[in-house]
Amino acid sequence: MNATNIQLDAAGNLKHLLTVEGLSRELLTAILDQAEGFTGVTQQAVKKVPLCRGKVIANLFFETSTRTRTTFELAAKRLSADVLNLNIAASSTSKGETLLDTLHNLEAMHVDMFVVRHSASGAAHFIAEQAAPHVSVINAGDGRHAHPTQGLLDMFTIRRHKGGFEHLRVAIVGDILHSRVARSQIAALNTLGAAEIRVIGPRTLIPDAAESLGVRVCHDLREGVRDADVVIMLRLQRERMSGALLPSAHEYYQLYGLTEERLSTARPDAIVMHPGPINRGVEMDSQVADGPRSVILEQVSNGIAIRMAVIAMCIGTQNLRGLGAEATYDV
Amino acid sequence: MDAAAIHTAIEEMAAELRNLIAERAIAAPLMVGIHTGGVWVAERLHAALSLSDPLGRLDISFYRDDFTRIGLHPQVHPSHLPAAVEGRHVILVDDVLQTGRTIRAALNVLFDYGRPKSVILAALAERGGRQLPIEPNVVGLHARLAPGEQLKLTGPVPLALVRGLAPTKSATPPAERTEHGLPST
Repeated sequence: MNATNIQLDAAGNLKHLLTVEGLSRELLTAILDQAEGFTGVTQQAVKKVPLCRGKVIANLFFETSTRTRTTFELAAKRLSADVLNLNIAASSTSKGETLLDTLHNLEAMHVDMFVVRHSASGAAHFIAEQAAPHVSVINAGDGRHAHPTQGLLDMFTIRRHKGGFEHLRVAIVGDILHSRVARSQIAALNTLGAAEIRVIGPRTLIPDAAESLGVRVCHDLREGVRDADVVIMLRLQRERMSGALLPSAHEYYQLYGLTEERLSTARPDAIVMHPGPINRGVEMDSQVADGPRSVILEQVSNGIAIRMAVIAMCIGTQNLRGLGAEATYDV
Repeated sequence: MDAAAIHTAIEEMAAELRNLIAERAIAAPLMVGIHTGGVWVAERLHAALSLSDPLGRLDISFYRDDFTRIGLHPQVHPSHLPAAVEGRHVILVDDVLQTGRTIRAALNVLFDYGRPKSVILAALAERGGRQLPIEPNVVGLHARLAPGEQLKLTGPVPLALVRGLAPTKSATPPAERTEHGLPST
């Protein structure tokens, strides 16, 4: 493909996953297909496959996370990799070590993959540029930029329910401005060919040039979810909000909180998604969150399959780099 | 090797399996096909033996020993076993047996689902080139092929065994290829 995309090797294989942008529809579909294969592992008595035995994966979480870190950890363990969880905030950096020194120390411990979450946009990209050639980097969320595995697990969940993307109307509701999840979802939906993507939220929480992302902007929830096949609610990122973007969480709920009544204009078979953690009574009513159209817990399970697929695809091609190996399979 | 000849070979395999099951006094064996060709063969054997449990399907992609050399197989189907493997007599079915590595991987998958009481191996075609101490119990056809040659089952309808040159890295010309057919046993 092209050498300019840092995420791909010379043969176009996935080397790092930093953002959904710049990845082809074929590659995104290949990741979803691989994830489908990994869903079967949970049916085994031994919920483990030996693919990444002997590989070491370091979770570098510079920002706290429970769901993402644990599902990455579980995915790595189901692939039989060894996992290091580094609580960076509480370790070396507080003793004055630079990010690069931490990185090189881990490389000296023969780590094969870094899973990185950082509050600064571009952090995972920076680490991928600095890392040794045999090391892969997966972005587990960087600032307001991207959260590609979340975007992909959402696509996987949508595909499992809707079969494909071609005729889908997808409504994304909430804090688009601060949301790396929304950015990855929009990029993936556009690449996979969704018919229409709408973003819905107050003017203060929608970026000025939102249309340039390939979406339709709407400020009314009822109007925005009309005839939607998929309604994605975003978390109100209170920790990222400074100043007067919102009067109060309660007022937000009055205007943008999803209730059964407001959902009534969506298609009858619409699914409701949320990347978690949910603020009940802020982004959505409990009746919706626990209702029949909610696929929120499926998203969590699917997150493990997607992360297994991405980890296995990146690690599986590490030895191919520069060798031009032909994929031949002995029977 | 056309569909009719394969049909005959599978019928012979079914008869042999019937004898083997009777000989070992196995009441209800669980049949499991290996994706993709092994499943096609197993579907036919399963029907011929009228087994009570539905057919199981194994994908061995996650258990291959060449993952770190060549990466993930592009087409992975989820494995599906309709009944618990624990304590069962399993008939494992594959299309072509050569190195034995597929069977090694398949046995590992099987054991991650449970501990079978016994495993019988049935292969539609067997050829030289074993790299592991694995031998089938029931074989449809014994093929004699040159080292560079490949035998591949195409299907699902009709089934055909196709001979061809394996895409090897070495560029040795196929000079010493013998034109042996595929005599059935």
